[in-house]
Amino acid sequence: MTNLIKLSAADLSGLLADRSVSSVEVTRAHLDHIAAIDTDVHAFLHVAGDAALATAARIDARRAAGDTLGPLAGVPIAIKDVLATQDMPSTAGSKILEGWIPPYDATVVRRVRDAGLILLGKTNMDEFAMGSSTEFSAYGPTHNPWDLDRIPGGSGGGSAAAVSSFEAPLALGSDTGGSIRQPAAVTGSVGVKPTYGGVSRYGSIALASSLDQVGPVTRTVYDAALLHDVIGGHDPLDSTSLTDSWPSMAAAARAGLADGALKGVRVGVIKELAGDGFQPGVTQRFDETLALLSAAGAEIVQVSAPNFEYAIAAYYLILPAEASSNLARFDSVRFGIRVNPADGPLTSERVMAATRDAGFGPEVKRRIILGTYALSAGYYDAYYGSAQKVRTLIQRDFDAAFAQVDVLVSPSAPTTAFKFGEKMTDPMAMYLNDVTTIPANLAGVPGMSLPMGLAPEDGLPVGLQIMAPAKLDARLYTFGAAVERLLEASWGHTLLSRAPELAPTEMFASEEGVV
Amino acid sequence: MSEITAEQVAHLANLARIDLSPEEINRLTTELGQIVDSVAKVAEVATPDVPATSHPMPLTNVFRPDTVVPSLTVEQALSGAPDHDGDKFKVPAILDEE
Repeated sequence: MTNLIKLSAADLSGLLADRSVSSVEVTRAHLDHIAAIDTDVHAFLHVAGDAALATAARIDARRAAGDTLGPLAGVPIAIKDVLATQDMPSTAGSKILEGWIPPYDATVVRRVRDAGLILLGKTNMDEFAMGSSTEFSAYGPTHNPWDLDRIPGGSGGGSAAAVSSFEAPLALGSDTGGSIRQPAAVTGSVGVKPTYGGVSRYGSIALASSLDQVGPVTRTVYDAALLHDVIGGHDPLDSTSLTDSWPSMAAAARAGLADGALKGVRVGVIKELAGDGFQPGVTQRFDETLALLSAAGAEIVQVSAPNFEYAIAAYYLILPAEASSNLARFDSVRFGIRVNPADGPLTSERVMAATRDAGFGPEVKRRIILGTYALSAGYYDAYYGSAQKVRTLIQRDFDAAFAQVDVLVSPSAPTTAFKFGEKMTDPMAMYLNDVTTIPANLAGVPGMSLPMGLAPEDGLPVGLQIMAPAKLDARLYTFGAAVERLLEASWGHTLLSRAPELAPTEMFASEEGVV
Repeated sequence: MSEITAEQVAHLANLARIDLSPEEINRLTTELGQIVDSVAKVAEVATPDVPATSHPMPLTNVFRPDTVVPSLTVEQALSGAPDHDGDKFKVPAILDEE
C-alpha cells in the first residue's frame, strides 16, 4: 500500500480523481501521523480531526455523485494561525487572542474550502508573525523535523514543519519579511511569497499592511503552483488586491519541466547577498547550483543592488511603525482577552494597558515601542520618512537588475537552522536572518524558496531564493520547477526523502515499551 | 549612540497603552538604543531628492459598487468580545474620576 502521507498534492489529486483512494483515507492517514509525531514537532496549535473527516466524507460523496471538483478537492491542508477561520481558534500565536474564534473566514481560507480542500488545523507561528524561529510563539516553539533541537524558521515555522514532516502535503503561510521563504529554506520545503496584492490579505491578522502577503507552503514547486491558483486573484474585500487577471501558475510550473527550459534564461546573482555572514555550506551549495544552471544553458550574470545594504534598517522601521498601528486594535473591547489592573481605578485606558501587558510577549512589546518611537513627532522624518525613501531606492535596484536579467537568485537564508535559544537574547542577531528575504517585501516583487541541498558541515537543508519582477509570479514557477527538476536529477532523489524518520512521540514509545 | 532614556521608553509605553514593569523598561531602553543605532543608517542614503514609497504596488481610488451586501449579525460581532450587555460592547469607564 502506498504511504499516502509521502505523496505530493498533485499525486494525491490523481489518486483521488480516479478514486483509487478516498479523501477520508487520505485525511485519516495525515491525522494519524499528526497524532503520532506532533507532540514532538508541535507544528499545530489546533487539529480539527472530526471536522476534517466530515468534510472529506462530503467530498467523497460529491465525487461519487459525479460532481465536477477542482484538482485539489479532497487534499488536506494546514492553515497558519494568522488566518481567520470561523470554525477554529485564530490566535496568531498570541495570548491576547487565546481561544478567539472569528465570525468570518479569511478570503484565502474561503477559497481553499470552496476548492474542496480539507482543513486539518492551525499551525504555530511567532506571535503576530514577529520572529524567525517560532520561539516567540506564546504557545511554545515548533521543532525542525530535521533536528528537533533546532528552529523550523519563522514566523511560519509551523506550516513549514507540517509539510516537511509529512503531516500535511500543503499549508498556507504569510510572508512579511521572509516568514514563508526562510522556514521553507531551513526545513527543506518550498514556499512562495506572491507579488504584493496578488493574493488577498482579507482575514489575515495584520502585521505590516504594506508588506504582508499570503502564499503557499508545500514540498514541490508544482504543488505550490496548484495552491497559488486556488488562493490567488482579485478580492474586492482587500483594497490592496490587484485587479489583474493571472495566468495559471500550474501551467507555468509544467512549462518548466520541458527539456531545455533553462536554456538562455538570464539568471542574476546579487553581489550584496553573498560573502560575509553566509555559512560556508550555504555558499557552497549556492555556487554548485549556479554551476548546474550554467551547464543547463542558463546565463549567469553578476548584478549589484547597492541599496540592499539598507534593507534591514528600513524594514525594522517600517514594520514596527505599521505594526504598532495595526496592533492598536487589541484594546480588550471587541475581541481577545481582558485583564484588569492589579490596583487603582478601572478605566478603559488602564484596562487596555494591563491587557496588552499580559497579552503581548516580549518581541511584540519591543516592536510596538520601536514603532511608536519611529512615528513620534521629531523622529518621524529621520526614521520612518528615511526608511520609505530607502524603499524607493530598493525598488530602483530591482528595476535596474531586472533590466539585465530574467530572474534573481540568492541563498534563501544566510545559515541553516540554528539551535533554540541561540539568538533569543540578541534582537539584532535575530533580525539579520532576514537579510536575503526582506528586499522582495519592500519592493513587492514575488519570491520563492526551494531546497538546493544539505550543508556539508551540519547536514541541514539549504534553500535557493528566486525572485522575479512584480506580477511575473508565473516566471518563478517555470524557473523554479526547472531548477527543482535539475537539482533532483543531480541528487537522484528529493531532498526531503533524506529527512530522518520521526518516531512516534516518546510517550507512545514508552507505553509500548511497558507492553 | 542614540539618546534613548528610560523616561522616554516609559512615555512610549504609555502612548502605546502597554503597562511595562521597571525591569521591562530598563531592558527595552538598552535594546531600543541598540536597534535604533543600527537602523539609523537609513539616513545615509535618504537624500532629499529621493521620493518616499509607502506602498509597493500603488493603487488609487479603489471603490466597490455601492450595493448592500451581507454583514455580520450582532451576535457574530459580539461573539469574541470579553464582555457585552445586550447588543452592545460593555467597557469600563471611559473617563477617570479626575
